[in-house]
Amino acid sequence: MSTPASALPLKTGATRVTAPRSIRAATTEPVWVKWLLIGTALAFLTFFLFVPLAIVFTEAFKKGVDVYLAAITEADALSAIKLTFIAAAIAVPMNLLFGIAAAWCIAKFEFRGKNVLLTLIDLPFSVSPVISGLIYVLIFGLQGWFGEWLRDHDLKVIFAIPGIVLATVFVTFPFVARELIPLMQAQGTEQEEAARVLGAGGWQIFWRVTLPNVKWALLYGVILCNARAMGEFGAVSVVSGHIRGQTNTMPLHIEILYNEYQFAAAFAVASLLALLALVTLVLKYLVEQRVKTQKRATGERSE
Amino acid sequence: MFLSRTLLRRHSVLPGFDLALGFTLLYLSFIVLIPLAAAFLKTATMTWPAFWATVTSPRVLASYRLTFGASFAAALVNAFFGLIVCWVLVRYEFPFKRVIDALVDLPFALPTAVAGIALTALYAGNGWIGRLLPFKVSFTPLGVFVALTFIGLPFVVRTLQPVLEDLQKEIEEAAATLGANRWQTFTKVIFPILTPALLTGFALAFARALGEYGSVIFIAGNMPMISEITPLLIITKLEQYDYAGATAIAVVMLVSAFVLLLAINGLQAWTRARQGR
Repeated sequence: MSTPASALPLKTGATRVTAPRSIRAATTEPVWVKWLLIGTALAFLTFFLFVPLAIVFTEAFKKGVDVYLAAITEADALSAIKLTFIAAAIAVPMNLLFGIAAAWCIAKFEFRGKNVLLTLIDLPFSVSPVISGLIYVLIFGLQGWFGEWLRDHDLKVIFAIPGIVLATVFVTFPFVARELIPLMQAQGTEQEEAARVLGAGGWQIFWRVTLPNVKWALLYGVILCNARAMGEFGAVSVVSGHIRGQTNTMPLHIEILYNEYQFAAAFAVASLLALLALVTLVLKYLVEQRVKTQKRATGERSE
Repeated sequence: MFLSRTLLRRHSVLPGFDLALGFTLLYLSFIVLIPLAAAFLKTATMTWPAFWATVTSPRVLASYRLTFGASFAAALVNAFFGLIVCWVLVRYEFPFKRVIDALVDLPFALPTAVAGIALTALYAGNGWIGRLLPFKVSFTPLGVFVALTFIGLPFVVRTLQPVLEDLQKEIEEAAATLGANRWQTFTKVIFPILTPALLTGFALAFARALGEYGSVIFIAGNMPMISEITPLLIITKLEQYDYAGATAIAVVMLVSAFVLLLAINGLQAWTRARQGR
């Protein structure tokens, strides 16, 4: 392992002797320092990133393709996959709608309390997932505020799908808003105002001017939101009750399999989520390129 | 109409302010604010001595020490290696650089449960890495540190990257012209510019690690007093139907998280000021 002193560029005076390259060398490190740094970075990433990713897939196929396929097509696994998709299919559109509304008022208007609102929107990110689940138990659980009322009306929120959806909505709350707000702030209001002056209505302005301007950032937020929604563990774990085939999402199903020492099956289901993560990263990369070009265009326009 | 009349600082020709802000506030209240308030109200039903006894019982104190200590250590390691990774990604060219750059975000995208079982298998006594190490990692406090390092990894890299990319070469050239060697340029010119962003990244990684649950519980072993993190204690209390106890600990965690959030906001303002934006 390297210590801070050895990993950083040390005395570079000696390398500056070579005459033709000396001008460039003044703002670059000696070759050995460069490769030492690259080596250190790659070693760190290998131990903490690449190998953990690789082991998911090797463990998943350790007992053969048959075991793998059986693990992901078994009834409980399929119901977990279904529930995961349901939760994401409700949570993501809800937060998308919220993100657009929040970005519209924050980016296009000047109003009192804006900074407070911005901080509050980020709040769910700093709350532990476990606590995100707990707060809904306090409200909808049997001992909670609405516990008795819900029981009397034969409704279930906690240990049922609504609770899972609520917890998922909470943990993915800021994703879309967060991507949209900075971009829409940078874009300003001139185009919308021009459209307004030319006689466009509110929805027309939104669909024809604002939305085309932010579509990539919007997609980016949705991708991140979806990845988190499908992968959430802690919050969902608190409200789910772990009823097999009924209230288990994929991450919870993995936990059960793992605790029953069905490692190959646990990793098989995990590999599906890892695949989802990789797809997310690819999409994220592609969209990021688009957002960058768009931001650059915005920057040029405003200059 | 009420919202726009009382809150707007400047009249705007654009429509939809009332609708958008009204919906935003309503949704925010129902999903976030009221449920969070429930935690504080629930705690208010406890007497102060009962609250204090719950949040300072030896087992809870041990869990704070582990959670805060391991989070701090993990964030520190991430700050150090994150700086190197970021430097390498911004300044050098090497094979597969783009793929590696994209993979840095993996801990954001990979579900924590998957990360948890992968790291456990890897660092267990018979795992690929655990086998090579002379000491135990999985099922010890060290395992907690490993999991928290994994999930905090992207924060420092991603907060530093834009700052390092924007850094003007002229400053370094000026330093070199004035006779500074590369090490001096780094420590006296580059590093001070990076400091606010580095601290922000550190604080973000630390904050994320404090609340982390999914990736830790698999690798920690979860022994009371030794390798039990605070979020797990909350769950344990919930499973024993000790709602008040669980909420009391949750409130302590929430307050620390909010304090950190304020600190991070301050740091980010400092970063922007340092960048001259």
